[in-house]
Amino acid sequence: MELFKNTNYDFLGKKWPFIILSLILTAAGLISLALKGGPRYGIDFRGGALVTVTFAQRPPVDKVRAALAAHNLNADVQEVQGSPDDIIGIDVRDDKALQAARQTIVDSLAASFGQPNNGKYNINAGGASALADRLRDALQAASVPVSDQQLNDLAANIMDYRKLHSGLIHNLDELASVKGVTPSILNVIKQQAYPDTLAIVGTEVVGPRIGAELQRKAVLAVLYALGGMLVYIAFRFEWIYGAAAVIAVFHDTIITLGLFSLFNKEISLTVVAALLTLVGYSMNDTIVTFDRIRENLKIMRREGLEPLINRSVNQTLSRTVLTSGLTLLTALALFLFGGHVLNGFAFALVCGIIVGTYSSVFIASPILIFWHNFLEDRKRPGTGPASVAKEPVGVPKAPKEKVRGGAARVK
Amino acid sequence: MTRNIKIKAAVIVAVILVCIYGIIGIPKSKDELVANWKKNIHLGLDLSGGTQLVMQVQLQDAFKAFADTSMDRLKEEFKKDNIAFGAMDRNDPGRLEDADKIEIDIKGVTGAQTGTFRSTIADQFSEWVLTPVNVTDYKLTLKPTEALKLKHDTMTQTMATIERKINGLGLAESSVQPTGRSDAEAELLVQLPGVDDPAHVKQLLQTQAVLEWDEVKDGPFTTREEGLTKHGGVLPLNTKLVPTVMRGGQQSWYLVSRSPIVRGTDIRDASAAQDQSVGRWETNFVLTQEAARRFERYTEANIGNRAAIVVDGQVISAPTIQSRISDTGRITGAANQEEAADLSLNLRAGSLPAGVVYEEERTVGPSLGADSIREGFRAGIAGLLAVVVWMLVYYRRSAINATLALILNAIILVAALSYFDATLTLPGIAGVILTIGMAVDSNVLIFERIREELRAGKAVVAAVDAGFSKALATIIDTHVTTVVSCAFLFIFGTGPVKGFAVTLVIGLIANVFTAVFVSKTIFDFELSGKRQVTALSI
Repeated sequence: MELFKNTNYDFLGKKWPFIILSLILTAAGLISLALKGGPRYGIDFRGGALVTVTFAQRPPVDKVRAALAAHNLNADVQEVQGSPDDIIGIDVRDDKALQAARQTIVDSLAASFGQPNNGKYNINAGGASALADRLRDALQAASVPVSDQQLNDLAANIMDYRKLHSGLIHNLDELASVKGVTPSILNVIKQQAYPDTLAIVGTEVVGPRIGAELQRKAVLAVLYALGGMLVYIAFRFEWIYGAAAVIAVFHDTIITLGLFSLFNKEISLTVVAALLTLVGYSMNDTIVTFDRIRENLKIMRREGLEPLINRSVNQTLSRTVLTSGLTLLTALALFLFGGHVLNGFAFALVCGIIVGTYSSVFIASPILIFWHNFLEDRKRPGTGPASVAKEPVGVPKAPKEKVRGGAARVK
Repeated sequence: MTRNIKIKAAVIVAVILVCIYGIIGIPKSKDELVANWKKNIHLGLDLSGGTQLVMQVQLQDAFKAFADTSMDRLKEEFKKDNIAFGAMDRNDPGRLEDADKIEIDIKGVTGAQTGTFRSTIADQFSEWVLTPVNVTDYKLTLKPTEALKLKHDTMTQTMATIERKINGLGLAESSVQPTGRSDAEAELLVQLPGVDDPAHVKQLLQTQAVLEWDEVKDGPFTTREEGLTKHGGVLPLNTKLVPTVMRGGQQSWYLVSRSPIVRGTDIRDASAAQDQSVGRWETNFVLTQEAARRFERYTEANIGNRAAIVVDGQVISAPTIQSRISDTGRITGAANQEEAADLSLNLRAGSLPAGVVYEEERTVGPSLGADSIREGFRAGIAGLLAVVVWMLVYYRRSAINATLALILNAIILVAALSYFDATLTLPGIAGVILTIGMAVDSNVLIFERIREELRAGKAVVAAVDAGFSKALATIIDTHVTTVVSCAFLFIFGTGPVKGFAVTLVIGLIANVFTAVFVSKTIFDFELSGKRQVTALSI
């Protein structure tokens, strides 16, 4: 099967509508960023406390907010995207007393939505060793013979069971199926423990200093990486190729950040990883196109630069569509079914693959042509505005082919 | 099959075997296979669940404490040498940055005693620099070398104390280390896999050491199991098995009584001292009155038996009771001054030498980690399957090459992570995804090139050769560019960004090997058998 056999689309002839589209998208993103006062940073970057809670039966978000407000907590409560609908995230941005905030959230939720403990042990909180400690004496008292090793294994098995059931045991009778739980042991567990109707499945507290630091470091690392790529491509091709590739990648990143802002999505550390992935992906795509242009420059010296680039894009079209299609497929699968932790990550990937593929053709390649035309104008006395003053009078006009070669010389 | 292909095939098989060995070892059973896999593949806290704390050690606390001790000593020495002074005080640096600005002010030293005063300080307090403020008042500042040493000691001691405390919780895989950021020397990173209750851990770190003297019932055993087996697998009532602290990687176990003879709160004071006659270092301690009565009764009845000093659930010493002890006793057998001093510190408090401020705390409940792995893994596999099916439809038999190359790439990547003892985190998986993307791309590039060459009318073998060699230039360019960017990310990035860079570089190297070398070898093998190849399934 072959989809694109000897195609000859005039991509660069239609570059303006696409460049304008890019500008509109970039502008929309930048305006959104400006209106919202910068990207919506996750707590990794701005500092704060985030508590993720799973409920046996999820209360309305408003009620959770009200319960927290009653404890003077100004928290942002949200349903976690792409997850089973019993998980909510609670986000406190207060700089002060972050440590206390975490504990207060946990306590006030337990008070409002949890079950009274009546002196029993909450099996949906704490770890295996705490459970084992709680059961040890009770089992001995009930004269159920269990060695230390058996007890530890038992507690670990129960914790594994909880882990595989979204962190929440709904009913103690469920435990009958756990390895090592005999009816007499289950009886002791029932005497000693109860399952609360909510469980804290994740908490993050990040101090504002560390957040700012992370942000600075991540941005710096990416800028240095872009610089490194520019130098390498300049070395392998021409400096304008390096500049074009970096501008294209920058364009992709800005548009993706803009889309994050438009869709009101958070930038977390994982999203930064996705942005790095998209930078790598877009760069890869651009280099493949450039490589073909370089190769064609060797064998098709008589053709103009624009038709040559057009032909190069057409020659790599089949590969571009296939690769992008295939990777997009994986990214889409991750976006749709990958769960809430990976949601922002997958969103960035999907945006990045689409924008990254398109920018190689409609951003990076036109830059080469613009630069080429600019040089040519300069060398032709009197035609280009830039040439008038700088061009010494009497320099012989260079032959056309050579100028072309000069704009995109092969090393 | 030519000799050349045979050699290439041998190289490929060798790489596969080395990789598989790195991932699962040589398992003898299914359980062992799973165990080896778990041992070799380290999942980061964001995937496996656990707690990560970043704390800033308040070094100024240690500096203040050091100044306080110095002041006590100064007063003692001045008394001995009959030096009169008006007042002595220290300043109170509140911030970490000001820690080494600590100073002691001594006022009202009379002119006649200046000489003695100066020589006392020069001889006995060489850590300090003496500067006169006016005729009678002086200022002591800490020497920069001493300040550095004090900082270093405080950090080491804090790390050791935290380590002992979390080890006492039985958290084997936990780690305490400096965050390694150049501008944050006082920061520690504590990682606690499997802990989803950080409040408990933090409370434990803040409390003083839990110290007990327990009756030794049996031991030492070399392993916990040995102790258990000796008692038929079930411990006698009211006893527990307690490990000693790690010394040179060695650990032994004692069976001790559950209820202690003396608790930490019973100890009034402890200090290191040198034995007058033999010159050995020992640790003296003083008990409260009430505890002294209990201890006297106990020691009288148990002369010749051992008692274990247990700090935070670990035996730090198990001395033999030599004689009846009431309110003061001494523990002999320390190897040097440091050991004796450490023990006295543990007896006194065993708490952190300086306070800590938590800057970051992340807990991923194991279930959240498990959920994200499961969902992400499922989606990833579904996506990959779709990719493979599409390639099979599009490139027919040649796609089998690509699929084999992809699978091998994944195996090499996982094996490399295992050999390097690297930890796989969520950003690392992002690196894996980009690797897969570029691996698919490499194969597509090659196949499209071969098709082009075939369309240009080349014979099959020549087209395959030309396709590979032309695509190689492009593949090298894309891969090297990405490796260059990874180098920068690794040098300048923080933890997660570094993880991304590491997996990506490994993946890219594996990819050049699989997509170019392995795939070409398979093509060569397929084409070499036939005399005249006229068609290629691509």
